[in-house]
Amino acid sequence: MQGLDLDYMVGLLPVLLSYLPLTLQLAVTGMALALLLACLLAVVRVLQVPVLDPLVRLFISFFRGTPLLVQLFLFYYGLPQVFAFLTAINGITATIIGLTLHFAAYMAESIRAAIVGIDRSQTEAALSIGMTTSQMMRRIVLPQAARVAAPTLMNYFIDMIKSTSLAFTLGVTELMGATQKEAAGSFLYFEAFITVAVIYWIVVEGLSWVQRRMEVFLNRAYAR
Amino acid sequence: MIEIRGLTKRFGDRAVLDGIDLDIGRGEIIVVIGPSGTGKSTLLRCLNFLEKPDAGTILVGDLTVDAARATKDEILRLRRCTAFVFQNYALFANKTALQNIAEGLIVVKKMAKAEAHAKAQAILERIGLGDRGDSYPAALSGGQQQRVGIGRAMALEAALILFDEPTSSLDPEWVDEVLDLMRQLARAHQTMLVVTHEMQFARDVADRVIFMDEGRIVEQGPPSELFFRPGDERTRSFLRKVLPPA
Repeated sequence: MQGLDLDYMVGLLPVLLSYLPLTLQLAVTGMALALLLACLLAVVRVLQVPVLDPLVRLFISFFRGTPLLVQLFLFYYGLPQVFAFLTAINGITATIIGLTLHFAAYMAESIRAAIVGIDRSQTEAALSIGMTTSQMMRRIVLPQAARVAAPTLMNYFIDMIKSTSLAFTLGVTELMGATQKEAAGSFLYFEAFITVAVIYWIVVEGLSWVQRRMEVFLNRAYAR
Repeated sequence: MIEIRGLTKRFGDRAVLDGIDLDIGRGEIIVVIGPSGTGKSTLLRCLNFLEKPDAGTILVGDLTVDAARATKDEILRLRRCTAFVFQNYALFANKTALQNIAEGLIVVKKMAKAEAHAKAQAILERIGLGDRGDSYPAALSGGQQQRVGIGRAMALEAALILFDEPTSSLDPEWVDEVLDLMRQLARAHQTMLVVTHEMQFARDVADRVIFMDEGRIVEQGPPSELFFRPGDERTRSFLRKVLPPA
């Protein structure tokens, strides 16, 4: 067994880190859009909006029932063959759309569960003072559901950061794509991939720290 | 001032409310009593459209709502002139005591935040919680939570406040402070419709007591008459169970 080429790893680190912003951009954009979409989907499910509700269930079923990689290939390679205007789509956009739809499907279900968990009497109280359904949702239900759903949503965000690595299969040179290229040039696969693994790991650990702080903040109303 | 005609609510083929007629005068305090499951709470909930009545009309001030074809807008307007106090307080858990009271003022009455908070603080003083405005519901006792619940209803200056068994969830030690607050409201001539099992409160405070059974008003009258000279056998039988022997 050969020794680990530490010098190579130290030299590789700044190269790989320069691709971290793109990885984070994919994850943060995907997460923001997925959150927004997931809230809408969850509200449709909770209020059982006619016509939309069955469509949302179909949407969730499909995006939870098929692999993310298949969905990404479908958006990037497949759909442009059917819809010509989609040929303009680049790898980054396709990745963001794929991550958004895939994770929105999962997150909608956990937001829905959190909404359903809010004590029914509070929604009645909101209506009894003359709030509209959307005022009730925005001011009373969703803020409380956010607290309940936050830990799971954070897990999905962590999962999403790691899933951005699939973007390299669409030709996007993000963290994983860059590592792949570097490794192919140096043949030092173990060093390259252990370095990138550590980078992902540290990012996720940082987020876990943020998550703990956030939960303390969200729980402030419930301290006795 | 408030006229209810033929209010009917069915669950399946069972009429929980069977054509209720009731007039409520301004400043009147009405207590509704009766065996459980006879539609007392449903009456209150229908007046606020938390349950949608199947038939009947509700007139409050210049607003008339026909239950069978009430529009969303009419329901909102009706709710804005009838406030509700819940058995289990139903405070907004994500808001402080002050914010609970101010919420309706800001969101529904479109009052400026500072003005709403000033008014909410004044109500907190009235309900004896002037120094607890920053407390979240989880940090308040049951009695304090229910007083905030009543404060939230007071803030709206509703034509009618509906009380749905406001002391039934409370530990005995907190019942009196809530009843005292309701007495204080009564003295201020707030129109109130109260479902309660507190017979002493009914005798002391009510202008009129209504006895309901099986979705209908069986009899009604001032407490001195209804409690001491009930006309109907069902009323007598119910009162024998709930009143201590004289």
